[in-house]
Amino acid sequence: MSRRFRIGLFALAGPGLTAVLLIGMHGLPAFGHLHAVTGLLIDRIEPHLRHATDIVTALNFDLRAYDTLGEEFILFASVTGVALLLRHLRNEDESRQDVRGIEEHRFGGASPSLRMTGLVLIPMMVALGAYVVLHGALTPGGGFQGGIVLAAGPLAILLAGRYLALRRVAPDWALESLESVGATAYTLIGVGGLIFAGVFMKNFLPLGTPGKLLSAGTMPLNSIAVGLEVTGAFLLTWTEFFDQALLVARR
Amino acid sequence: MSALQTAALIVVAIAGTAVVFTPEVLRQAIMLGIYGMTLTVLFFVFQAPDVALSEIVVSGVGMPLIILAALRKIREQDRRRKHEESEQ
Repeated sequence: MSRRFRIGLFALAGPGLTAVLLIGMHGLPAFGHLHAVTGLLIDRIEPHLRHATDIVTALNFDLRAYDTLGEEFILFASVTGVALLLRHLRNEDESRQDVRGIEEHRFGGASPSLRMTGLVLIPMMVALGAYVVLHGALTPGGGFQGGIVLAAGPLAILLAGRYLALRRVAPDWALESLESVGATAYTLIGVGGLIFAGVFMKNFLPLGTPGKLLSAGTMPLNSIAVGLEVTGAFLLTWTEFFDQALLVARR
Repeated sequence: MSALQTAALIVVAIAGTAVVFTPEVLRQAIMLGIYGMTLTVLFFVFQAPDVALSEIVVSGVGMPLIILAALRKIREQDRRRKHEESEQ
């Protein structure tokens, strides 16, 4: 496909897409005019029904918990797929070196100040991640957002240029078990609803006082379960990619 | 729409265009991180702080790092292929 042909194609498709978009956006309500009846209703009744102060978490982990179950397993399956694919490539390389033999993998450019920054970042990210996971039902955030911050914490070791130290802190078996424990725990909480309240994914624990850490029933537990899974899933994807890029390519 | 929200939208539009017009892939990965930061601000001023929290990690660290790892792998393979060709 020549450059000229591609520009011609764009000259045709670009205005067409713009026109369709403009026609489509013409019927939208104006900015700031909300017509979401269900949304406004949930906003009104949810704090009394479920005692959660963060409506988004209440939606994710209670009112639409079944939806989140599906999302959980989409993440689980896709990360498993990435791990399978990349590990298969790694094992095909017969002359692969044993990772344990190398003491430290250093980047050429990791200066002392960069390493110090990495060191300072780790506890801050882990603390922020744990905070966001635990306060899912109280303040904006929750399992997914906190889990991803938690996963970025150990990644600061990589930014500090010590990839093998990261592999020692977060070995494959630990990440895999984090991911599967998180997914299993979320499902089991749902089964708990089936056993104790007769409905799958029903919030079966006492709701507590709104605004307290232990309130909103199963929501904090769901948040922790999702947090564990997301931490494991993201770190596993990152380390699989970096195993490919840094360790396999070293020979 | 407040002035802050308008400004955030304009900055996102500029940053997004800048990502597309950045020539080299390595620089593009870094531009993508900056674009992610502008998106984070956009989400925050449109009152979605939880989305902003995950966006800041995904686009600030997650995506650029995976692109960097893939780039390194591709370059390594290119180098090896050239090396093998010169040996034959």
